[in-house]
Amino acid sequence: MSDVAPDSLPGSLPDPSADGTEIFDVTVIGAGVVGCAVARRLTLEGARVVVVEKGADILDGASKGNSGILHTGFDAPPGSVEQRCIAAGYREYLDIRARLNLPLLETGALVLAWTEEEEARLPALMDQARANGVDDVALLSRREILTREPQLASHLRAGFSVPREFVIDPWSAPTAYLLQALANGAVCRRGTEVLGGSFDGQTWHLASTTGTLRSRAVVNCAGLYGDIVDQRLTGASRFTIRPRKGQFVVFDKAAAALAQAIILPVPTAKTKGVVICRTSYGNLLVGPTAEDQDSRSDASTDSENLQRLRAKGIEMLPALADVPVTAAYAGLRPASEHKDYQISAQPERRYITVGGIRSTGLSSALGLAQEVRALLAGFDQRYTAPPETAWPRVGVLTEYGERPWAEPGNGGIVCHCELVTRREIAAALDGPLPARSLAGLKRRTRVTMGRCQGFYCLGALAEITEKRFDIPLAGPDAAE
Amino acid sequence: MPPSNRPLPPHVDVAIVGGGPAGLAAATRLKERGVASVAVLDREPAAGGIPRHCGHYPFGLRECHRLLRGPDYARRLVARAEAAGVDIHPATTVVAVAPGPRLMLSTADGKAEMTARRVLLATGVRETSRAARFIGGDRPLGVVSTGALQSMVYLGGAQGARRPFASPVILGSELVSFSAILTCRHAGIRPVAMVEAGARITARRFAAALPRLFGIPLHLGTTLTAIHGRSRVEGVSLRGPDGGEWDIETDGVIVTGAFTPEATLARLGHLALDATDNGGSGGPVIDQFGRCSDPAFFAAGNLLRPVETAGWSWQEGVAAGDALADSLAGALPEAESTVTVTTDHPAIKLALPQRLALPLSGGMTHIQLRLTRAVRGRLTVKDGDEILWSRDIAGLPERRILIPLAGIAGKIHGDTVTLSIAEPA
Repeated sequence: MSDVAPDSLPGSLPDPSADGTEIFDVTVIGAGVVGCAVARRLTLEGARVVVVEKGADILDGASKGNSGILHTGFDAPPGSVEQRCIAAGYREYLDIRARLNLPLLETGALVLAWTEEEEARLPALMDQARANGVDDVALLSRREILTREPQLASHLRAGFSVPREFVIDPWSAPTAYLLQALANGAVCRRGTEVLGGSFDGQTWHLASTTGTLRSRAVVNCAGLYGDIVDQRLTGASRFTIRPRKGQFVVFDKAAAALAQAIILPVPTAKTKGVVICRTSYGNLLVGPTAEDQDSRSDASTDSENLQRLRAKGIEMLPALADVPVTAAYAGLRPASEHKDYQISAQPERRYITVGGIRSTGLSSALGLAQEVRALLAGFDQRYTAPPETAWPRVGVLTEYGERPWAEPGNGGIVCHCELVTRREIAAALDGPLPARSLAGLKRRTRVTMGRCQGFYCLGALAEITEKRFDIPLAGPDAAE
Repeated sequence: MPPSNRPLPPHVDVAIVGGGPAGLAAATRLKERGVASVAVLDREPAAGGIPRHCGHYPFGLRECHRLLRGPDYARRLVARAEAAGVDIHPATTVVAVAPGPRLMLSTADGKAEMTARRVLLATGVRETSRAARFIGGDRPLGVVSTGALQSMVYLGGAQGARRPFASPVILGSELVSFSAILTCRHAGIRPVAMVEAGARITARRFAAALPRLFGIPLHLGTTLTAIHGRSRVEGVSLRGPDGGEWDIETDGVIVTGAFTPEATLARLGHLALDATDNGGSGGPVIDQFGRCSDPAFFAAGNLLRPVETAGWSWQEGVAAGDALADSLAGALPEAESTVTVTTDHPAIKLALPQRLALPLSGGMTHIQLRLTRAVRGRLTVKDGDEILWSRDIAGLPERRILIPLAGIAGKIHGDTVTLSIAEPA
């Protein structure tokens, strides 16, 4: 249950929804990467959209812990909804990213076989990639791979390259989607959990922790809680979420020089396996684990698994032994009993569910949004796109772009490891989706994400964020 | 927080990265030696280093001949450097270093560049984070290092002490862990337990009286296996020496000690680093003058190794100042004619300097050694099969062990000397 206040809405935008009288075109439930992308797409089509998020901040569920890879979908099941959405999402990301100022790290990927069995499966995987339209995969010998990536352990056997697998920023991308929706007229209410609702033939009446919301249609993008929202609103769900936890270890920036490409294993039926991957923030990560669990909120890590991941990383990339670990985290994938995504529409009550987005949501979100638009068009809903579209540009969060520390008037660096300036922190605290927690500030600026994990800057941050967070970092009263 | 008003000079004789005790001592010494332009670059709003937020005694005995609190000590070192003519630039971050030497900088005015005839790296140490120690569990607010706690408590300005928790668990029992107790006392925070994985307290005995004095339960041989809590810390799981596990309620964890050199500039730049995974310091490789693998770069203070007192770092800074002045005057032995110092005992955590420039005159007077565990035995310095020096030791982890360079001067013939410990069977 949410114990945070609902949003006081940004700046000049009035919030007619506050008194529950406005009837929106669409309510999007959940501000994860999928909800943000859906809100953007529908807003750009001309729908008046409200996004509700039960967490204190957007991207607070499954979307907060992933690997940051923009997948081509080369290894998705051919003919699946997932494959179709990844392919479409991939194309649209490349199409819009420059206008939203989103990064792209053109790493490419190498799928590596370390055993004879894995090597035997390479041809089938390459055939699958071609069947999925990823036709530039190329078989590489051990020698060719080691020439490209000389730091890889020499016991690798063979592999193939997937040149268009890239690294993106898992936080600024969905944030940009939602900010564009807001800039074009959408409304976002954080700290708002949908408790139930009914459809009267014309309008949904949604009961939430912050009052009643009305809209003509509902899109459930509730991720880890997708089945629960289905049950609350329609009495049934076609799937049951069984979260799959993935722990990650993040190595110091020195490690980013050790692997140019994303290093992928030969996947199993259950998981893509342990990946070695540079991040948009200049680090290198190793993960994830794949641990099925009942809890939808327990994203805890454990020492044994983290050390196992580190050892696994060193096994593939021996020089990692010399590089310190910067951070560790875990994400929860909203897996269901189905292998494929679960998208369904109920035209009779203008209700769409986008569920079971088990691990590729960052890549497929824009494609999923296109699917939702098509389904909504099948309802009796027509929108008129606005004559002009606003394209807000997000701040540069990637290590590989020119960031404010290099620009005049940045206010000085506060977070030394990640070179985050006072100006960026102020913008994150005051922008259209202000950060109201340290986690939210991290996702908007990278503060405390670096090697010292707050040793140097937590004191300054406690001062700067005074009275700005729902739960303060510290205060004269925190000890009461 | 006034940024430096003084314009950054484009070129200096010596650029010093880090204005803590080592950097300020070196800068002051360089001015005393008549070096014309010496700039200290410090990324914090004021120079002074870690002592700035150590609001307790004892600082300054060696270098000020009186007992001071950290902040007073820091101010004194800054004033002394400024009086000597050192150009101090606070709020100035060195983003990268490159051969030349060249320094890439960032200030509130954006990026800048500086060249220097010599660079001294004196960037100090920090405590290892929770993540780097693989402590599992949730990731709630309220897990902080001693350094972060102290900056909240002592650098709060007009607002006064900030408290991130009321009754935390202290993890570790190094000297700094007891400093954390004092900081808690100062801020009205009441620690509920002190947890140490080792069988005995790491710090010296006088500190060990503190928990008893303040009624803080001490759990030796105990590991902190997980942290629990959704938004704030709610509890921790512990595993005792007999393998038994239990939880205790707490609203915070102070992750203390396990210092690591803040060696990012060396790590991401061109300087050789002494890797920690096989008996290394984690800091840059140096010779007895503090000279790095690029002989235009020097290093001093706790960047060299975790961790020494402020007074020791200050002394290293003075020695580095002399070495830098000699280097500018062309009076140092060639860096090329060096002997490598290696170790061959797994309990040796680090040894420095890692190289010796012959002949052995000037610079550091000792090889510094640290152990990872308690060891009794005979410590030897060998050149091939020849024993150059030896002594019986009963060493403890994190304690200073010194080998006098005078004891091996003039005896080295090969290109490597090896430190080892013969333990009785």
